[in-house]
Amino acid sequence: MKYYRSHVLVCVDPSCLKKGAHDVMDALQDELVAQGLIDEVQVLETSRIGGCDDGPELMVYPEGVHYSSLTPDDMAYLVEEHFLKGRVAQKFVTEEKSFIDEELSAPTSKEIRVVLRNCGKIDPENIEDYLAEDGYQALGKVLTELSPEQVIDEVLRSGLRGRGGAGFPTGKKWQFARSSKGSPKYVICNADEGDPGAFMNRRVIEGDPHAVIEGMIIAAYAIGASQGYVYCRAEYPIAVKTLRIAIEQARNLGLLGKNILGSDFSFDLEVRMGAGAFVCGEETALMASIEGQRGEPRPRPPFPAVKGLFGKPSNINNVETYANIPQIIFRGADWYASMGTEKSKGTKTFALAGDVRHTGLIEIPFGLTLREIVYDVGGGIKDDKKFKAIQTGGPMGGCLPEAYLDLPVDYEALTQAGSMMGSGGLVIMDEETCMVDIARFFMDFTQDESCGKCTPCRVGTRRLLEILERICNGKGEIQDLDTLEQLCSEIKQDSLCGLGQGAPTPVISTLKHFRDEYIEHIVNKRCPAKVCKALIRYEIIDGVCTGCTVCARNCPVNAISGERRTTHVIDPEVCIRCGICMQVCNFNAIEIN
Amino acid sequence: MNSSTFTKIYPKNEPLGDEAKKAVIDTIIEQHMDTPGATMVVLNELQSAIGFISENMQEYVANRLHIPYSRVHGVVSFYSFFTTTPRGKHTVKFCMGTACYVGGTPALIEKTKQLLGVEPGETTKDGNITFEVCRCVGACSQAPVVVIDEDVIGRVRPNKLPQILKPVQDNVE
Repeated sequence: MKYYRSHVLVCVDPSCLKKGAHDVMDALQDELVAQGLIDEVQVLETSRIGGCDDGPELMVYPEGVHYSSLTPDDMAYLVEEHFLKGRVAQKFVTEEKSFIDEELSAPTSKEIRVVLRNCGKIDPENIEDYLAEDGYQALGKVLTELSPEQVIDEVLRSGLRGRGGAGFPTGKKWQFARSSKGSPKYVICNADEGDPGAFMNRRVIEGDPHAVIEGMIIAAYAIGASQGYVYCRAEYPIAVKTLRIAIEQARNLGLLGKNILGSDFSFDLEVRMGAGAFVCGEETALMASIEGQRGEPRPRPPFPAVKGLFGKPSNINNVETYANIPQIIFRGADWYASMGTEKSKGTKTFALAGDVRHTGLIEIPFGLTLREIVYDVGGGIKDDKKFKAIQTGGPMGGCLPEAYLDLPVDYEALTQAGSMMGSGGLVIMDEETCMVDIARFFMDFTQDESCGKCTPCRVGTRRLLEILERICNGKGEIQDLDTLEQLCSEIKQDSLCGLGQGAPTPVISTLKHFRDEYIEHIVNKRCPAKVCKALIRYEIIDGVCTGCTVCARNCPVNAISGERRTTHVIDPEVCIRCGICMQVCNFNAIEIN
Repeated sequence: MNSSTFTKIYPKNEPLGDEAKKAVIDTIIEQHMDTPGATMVVLNELQSAIGFISENMQEYVANRLHIPYSRVHGVVSFYSFFTTTPRGKHTVKFCMGTACYVGGTPALIEKTKQLLGVEPGETTKDGNITFEVCRCVGACSQAPVVVIDEDVIGRVRPNKLPQILKPVQDNVE
């Protein structure tokens, strides 16, 4: 291997490419050749560095200097200053403000990055970058030093539990698949991250695909599988592309295919794409989809470990679970188990979204409280508004009010509180969110995504939605609340798969924690958060309105009238309560009553 | 059972009556027909190559893959990415994930209805733009989000929509 004194990482994301990143890169290489430095300085391509607005941009390591707003003509100066004279070329150095990755910012003090450690740091389309970060070391260790049983034992000792949401111990799952008779066996990665508000898995695949691949190869070795599938949702085309490139590169280096690393172990991997069905995140539905059928779940048992894909023993884990494996093997189960709580070990990635100041991905050890997540990691509520609820676990999870903020985050604690871990979406809601409307929103989602195979889910979610819509429209009756509760418990008990069993959770949790709001809607026909359209009206405040006409011009239904420089009026009969006028008004002259 | 038996059972049909498109379809089918679980792979590629999967095409695929037409139709109707009618040259998709919903997608949809003159799920009369509402696209940190063709545009405000939609509205071809 060659050693370089400096590495230059040139950002080649689409916006930098458009601005000529490749021309800059070519000019830089030409200049390095001309100065005789090409054997000392390596030039690499990387994904976004974070300053694309001022692209093309590049990073120079080991100094970590970020240069941007470059042109090919600047390269002669840059090479002379930085690489010959050893001074930072100040005129191209960007100020701190442009180091913004909207999804993944620098970790706060409460975070520990295990799964996300390489995201945004390495080039996902270059296997060498992953190798330089101890990539495939764990696989090497597994194939040369450990028996399959020892691998499973290590994973068991680490305490790793399924990161898809249910939290089943990963080592146990592998044990079942290993002891199951039948051949061939399959290893499947569930990358059908359908929960609205969750994008951790997408980012891991797009930023560090080899970690997932390495985890899958190790799993295949442990259970004795020869073929693997990654099932990725169609909404993630870039993830699919990145993964395919990564698989090809791994194959070229002999890390996938026949006789991996010269051992007698063979395994290959293929990416399969979904086609926009949420229920395919359920493991039996996912396998049906890979088989080329409608993505409908089937009853378990038999579990996939016994009778899975194409009727053969299969092991199915989620992206994040596999991405943890190489680190666990490489750094040891004891290291991993030292993080987290008694029953939930290690770290978990979450996607913070909603009304919180810093949205984006975070990775924290289990046991941090929700308050620490919202206020210390997330920076608190946007615009200093009041916290109202935190929604965990996606559409099958629940909404927890302020009283639960000191709850430590682990699988058991969240389930006991009436929500769930889920895959890791955290949506924070402020005082302007109507909880009845949120319950209605999630029910709209689940009833639409219900596959229709079992009656409790197909019909039950529809009925729940109808009742919730009635309440939001101000036509609810007080006995609706009892009907909701009864329906919820029946759907939960009688549905076939996790989708139906989890579907009532948003309703149950909001009914439990925000019952007053339901009663306000039903008895007083009022929406306290001023969201439900049938129960509110927009009005323009006389004296504050300057008659600038901006609201009238933006109204989609022309419900606003008024002469220039006089107070405007909204016609409540025509108004559809979309709220655009309020968003565009520069004088805060519109209020909801 | 060999394939000639099937050609007898199923009427021979031209998938599109267009030789060039038939060649595309044949290539895709031949490339994947031996893959386990070929139906999804073939349909996914057809959808992206041709833009829709008509009933004729479904029947043709069933015929070539030696599976019942009902199976193919069942799969096509199950997944929301498969469409049976041609779509617009451009797609404007609004994300309805939780973060985008809380962030104001409903208002954006109202404004877009006015700007394009069609409801979500429909295509403009000139066949240029298909207006859709979709599931979470996973760009939650930039909510609310609109996806125009393959570009994700974040932090959209209703009054910015005319400006955002203009390039695709103008770009008829």
